[in-house]
Amino acid sequence: MELKGKAHVFGDDINTDYIISGKYKFKTLDMDELGKHVMEDLDPDFSSKVEPGDFLVAGMNFGCGSSREQAPRALLASGIQIVLARSFARIFFRNAINCGLVVMECDTEGIETGDEMTADLTTGEIKNLTHAFTRQAQPLPDVMIRILQEGGLVEYIKKYGTFQEI
Amino acid sequence: MGQTLTEKIFSRKANHPVKAGDLVIAEVDMAMGQDGTTPLALRSFQEMGTDRVLHPERIVFVIDHNAPSPLEAVSALHDVMRDFASRHGIRLFDAGCGVCHELMVGQGLVVPGDLVVGADSHTCTYGALGVFSTGVGSTELAAVMVTGKLWFKVPETVRVIMDGTLSPGVFSKDIMLHLASRKGADWATYQVLEFSGPVVDKLGVEERLTITNMVVEMGAKAGLIAPDEKTLKWLEGRAKRQYESLQPDPDATYAETVEVDCSSLAPQVALPHRVDTVTSIEDLPTVPIQQAFLGTCTNGRAQDIEIAAKILKGHTVHPQVRFIVAPASQDIMVQALRKGWIETLVRANAIVVPPGCGPCVGTHQGIPGDGWNVISTANRNFKGRMGNSKAFIYLASPATVAASAVAGEISDPREYFQ
Ligand code: SF4
Repeated sequence: MELKGKAHVFGDDINTDYIISGKYKFKTLDMDELGKHVMEDLDPDFSSKVEPGDFLVAGMNFGCGSSREQAPRALLASGIQIVLARSFARIFFRNAINCGLVVMECDTEGIETGDEMTADLTTGEIKNLTHAFTRQAQPLPDVMIRILQEGGLVEYIKKYGTFQEI
Repeated sequence: MGQTLTEKIFSRKANHPVKAGDLVIAEVDMAMGQDGTTPLALRSFQEMGTDRVLHPERIVFVIDHNAPSPLEAVSALHDVMRDFASRHGIRLFDAGCGVCHELMVGQGLVVPGDLVVGADSHTCTYGALGVFSTGVGSTELAAVMVTGKLWFKVPETVRVIMDGTLSPGVFSKDIMLHLASRKGADWATYQVLEFSGPVVDKLGVEERLTITNMVVEMGAKAGLIAPDEKTLKWLEGRAKRQYESLQPDPDATYAETVEVDCSSLAPQVALPHRVDTVTSIEDLPTVPIQQAFLGTCTNGRAQDIEIAAKILKGHTVHPQVRFIVAPASQDIMVQALRKGWIETLVRANAIVVPPGCGPCVGTHQGIPGDGWNVISTANRNFKGRMGNSKAFIYLASPATVAASAVAGEISDPREYFQ
């Protein structure tokens, strides 16, 4: 399965308050509404720049901070389909997979906003078509791939009723 | 081969010996959700296509983040939680009971050796009692409600030895801010921090809870302190279940050992907008403040309020400052009332708000104005955290916060401890 889209690049330590501010998460469970406010403290026009399928690219420790699952869900609602980062905060990483947002760890140095990117989920190969380079992402644990394949943890539990033995 | 405390807890839950790096599916002893995360969990629960909570007695809901409700929409979400809890026989702590993490430990709902998850990142707090506890997302909380279980990767452990003795006016909060600055906000991602050493031995349970509360600010999945006499004594009359006090083996394998010499430590302050940009108070230039906040799951306990009351006694809050105090639970509030601490604080012009998260998460009860400097006992100072991205949040110990509230600028509390 290959994903393709344009990169939107941010720096290190992008926390969940930046992804979606706490002041919105209490007001609504409407993810499309939350999607409009994604990353707005860092870039007020961000949501209007995203096209469906785009890549969010970041440095170290992406998604640190609170456990709010609204963060990956709001990113998905804004049109982002995958986040590439040097490293992720663990709760965000799990939440993303559970919601069906693809997250992959790789060296993101040299990727610029606007670059055309592809990502192959099965091989972990990340390509930057604009600058013609390739990076190798960390493979995901099997249990995560299975959850992603089902379209998220809700669908997984709906199908199997419980966790399948590892 | 010896096991870390984490490996011991997971081995028991998985019913076979495990080591760091193993993936396991384990039963959880307790799962908690608060009002910022539970409504989404309930929606996921419904979407999972069942109406049965497998072990309702192992689930706890707390309305603390946005409580009492400041908005119609929030009131509706709270009602969704109340309805669900009463239909399924789930224990719910309503608005005013206190901060979720304080209730989980203070009410004895978690005990040493437990494996606990919570839909809140500071679930790691309970590690001070030898509980393996960690934050999860809303959908994972829903999965636990349906299946009673969750998958985990057994994390490796970093040992942190706290050496020396703390000087008067310096607290466990200062050690953690210092550690964050030394090691960085992404230091221990996917790992557990296990704390020991003479300083930890000397600290009471309350101050230990501050330590484990802060581990997630260094990326850690959990923080642990092996139970000792003090832990067991603290649990007497509190613990709601039987437990076995597990200890790490002496020959356990650690990923790293870090030593912190606490003797030379001065009070520390985290600068906006990062927990790991920290300076010693001696090196801080003059910072006038407009708001001070004492509370949260990090530092809203009885001892913290007592320290503030002692500092405020005979003084008043600086006229340019709003000093907000949020006791972490009803029990703490009552204790603070009985001891006269609340009276001292209120007479000194502090504002006492109901037990709960108070202004910590930025939805109500003290949203700072544009350009304000705020000094807070919380664990996080991200831009916008308290509801205004144009404010500047500094983090410090309760003593530093109270001394600053009096002075109107960030101040060294040690003069009060001579
Ligand atoms: S007090 Fe603050 S950090 Fe603690 S649970 Fe409440 S909002 Fe979160």
